[in-house]
Amino acid sequence: MIKSLFYSITFHSVMILLTVLSLPFMLREPIELPPIVSVELIQISDKTNIPYAPKARKIIEETKKKEERVVSEQAPPAAKAKEKPDRIPLPNEKKEEKKIEKKKQNPEEVKPEIRQSSEFEKKEIIDTNQIAALIDKAKEIEAVEQKEKNKITQSNKKNSFASGLTLSEEDALRAQIFGCWSVPLGLPYDEDLLVRIKLQLKKDGTIMKSEILDHERMNRPGQKFYKVLAESALRAVRLCQPLKVPPTGYEKWKDLQLNFNPVEMLKG
Amino acid sequence: MIKNLFYLIILNLFLNSFSYALIEVDITRGNLDPLPIAVSPLHVDIKSQEIKDIKVKQLGENISKIIEKNFKSTGLFNPLKKEAFVQKPDIAHLKPRFEDWRLIKAQALVTGKLLIKDEKLKVEFRLWDLTAAKEMTALAFTTTPSNWRRVAHIISDKIYERLTGEEGYFDTRIIYVAESGPKNQRIKKLAIMDQDGANTKYLTLGNELVLTPRFNPTNQMVTYMSYFRNMPRVYLLDIETGTQEVVGNFPGMTFAPRFSPDGKKIIMSFAKDGNSDIYTMDLESRLVERITDHSSIDTSPSFSPDGKFIAFNSDRSGLQQLYVMRSDGSNVKRITFGKGIYGTPVWSPRGDLIAFTKMHKGRFFIGVMRTDGSGERLLTENYYQEAPSWSPNGRVLVFYRETKAGEKGEGFSAKLWSIDITGYNERKLTTKTDASDPSWSSLLSK
Repeated sequence: MIKSLFYSITFHSVMILLTVLSLPFMLREPIELPPIVSVELIQISDKTNIPYAPKARKIIEETKKKEERVVSEQAPPAAKAKEKPDRIPLPNEKKEEKKIEKKKQNPEEVKPEIRQSSEFEKKEIIDTNQIAALIDKAKEIEAVEQKEKNKITQSNKKNSFASGLTLSEEDALRAQIFGCWSVPLGLPYDEDLLVRIKLQLKKDGTIMKSEILDHERMNRPGQKFYKVLAESALRAVRLCQPLKVPPTGYEKWKDLQLNFNPVEMLKG
Repeated sequence: MIKNLFYLIILNLFLNSFSYALIEVDITRGNLDPLPIAVSPLHVDIKSQEIKDIKVKQLGENISKIIEKNFKSTGLFNPLKKEAFVQKPDIAHLKPRFEDWRLIKAQALVTGKLLIKDEKLKVEFRLWDLTAAKEMTALAFTTTPSNWRRVAHIISDKIYERLTGEEGYFDTRIIYVAESGPKNQRIKKLAIMDQDGANTKYLTLGNELVLTPRFNPTNQMVTYMSYFRNMPRVYLLDIETGTQEVVGNFPGMTFAPRFSPDGKKIIMSFAKDGNSDIYTMDLESRLVERITDHSSIDTSPSFSPDGKFIAFNSDRSGLQQLYVMRSDGSNVKRITFGKGIYGTPVWSPRGDLIAFTKMHKGRFFIGVMRTDGSGERLLTENYYQEAPSWSPNGRVLVFYRETKAGEKGEGFSAKLWSIDITGYNERKLTTKTDASDPSWSSLLSK
């Protein structure tokens, strides 16, 4: 009797202890969700700007240097010869700027930027402040884009903490697949065309196994568009191999699900 | 026993709390680059017979060139240059070395072979998914050798359908009004060509003025208007047989006859007692039915593909705007409220959009909107352009554009253009003469 009472008390206390320990993990998502918003915004704008920032800084520094050089060289009277080096480098710098902008992924947003720089070219004057402003603007656009992306992920209640990838890791992966995925543009925008692909990955990011979660739908009559989209998504994943996965935490990301949803692009 | 169970439960609970949720990543964007596709020349079987007027040895190459041209015109595909191809057509058709093709960044590959035997052309083609290293589709068919251009178009259609999910539009023709001569003395003939500009034929001599040819969506019949002794007449023309008949003499100004989706009726507007309204005519019984009865000018009617609705333009609100009504004339609803004048509504064969011409501040636009008037998108703007006509899959519009003429009519030209519904892919069609009023046929091979 005493023995069984002892078992009962021990068992119950362990259960209570475990519940207390594990409940906060279960509750973590809703509790931590609101503060994440602000954290993400800051992180992303920093992270995504990293590839551009050093270049931008270079440009600014180069231009500054050149300006300084010109100022110091303009002091002697032989001014004619020195005007040339001043003019020649300018178009190069503008080209560099263009390149930076081209790297962005949303062509619609790139266009006005390109136009701006071409108008800029017409003026034939370089102002470092203007370059800086232009770069700042590019940063802003990046940030806005990121915000939009984040909105989507948040609305789907998926955040990096829950998923096990950090924001920058998730961002890198997403950006890589954006580049590989040729969206079939003839698809209707008003149909539910979400394709979910489950991947099993190796440590180096190559794909061991890929599976379309709703693959039966592909062969149903009247689902041609779904089939086309699913095939394009598979092509994208295969083309992107090896995926840009984090160097550590293989256990976390060895199974990965990608949800391809073209609706926003098709509505464009 | 109880002890073991107890340990098991604890172990299980611990493991659960340390296992990870499946990571999900949403991919909501991709690139808009056209799909890189390699079209290997079709392998010509060495046993092929020689055929008069056809260069059999080059046939495989020529067919692949037409397929490439078709793909390029869609803006959805990027046919890769043949110089970069590593594998020869005869081997590629049997078993492509996928890695060789992937090397040139192709994602899809078309291979094929042809044989001419007993005066018949036998063609076989395959479409390969290079990233998955598998065959996507394979078809074979037999036809007369002189049909080789159509063979290329049919192959294009099948591949287009397999890669985009929507029907192709390459094995089609466009009928239009061929124009020549000075602006004030234009000679207008009815002409027809393949959608890629080949095989132009003239169907009338040019003695009489011809206007607004329109294809029957179910077959190769055409309705058009012609002025005979200054009286407008509506004609029916069978392109296959060349037979032509007058549907009727209608009073006053008659406009733009168009077929119903089942091809059994024509719908048009004409003026009775000085007021233009919309009428249908049953082609079998020749019975004319009045659809609208309003004191304003109602013109340019177009049926929805299910035949239940009619879009038309009317000036009943003051300026000319677009309206939609049931096919019996009831439930008239105005769908455009924007600035400017709207005209020539054409219901897409897919049923989801209406194409129209809009005039605003002296400029002409071709645009599309949803059938309730929402989501208006202006695709192209120019000095003068109008008469959009849909490709049979509802993805591309063909229309004509005129240039500004000088005082004596110099510098004037009218050409056919096409644009897809994204508005990004605008192309000029090659016609032998000036051209206007195009109408796109349904698929010939249907």
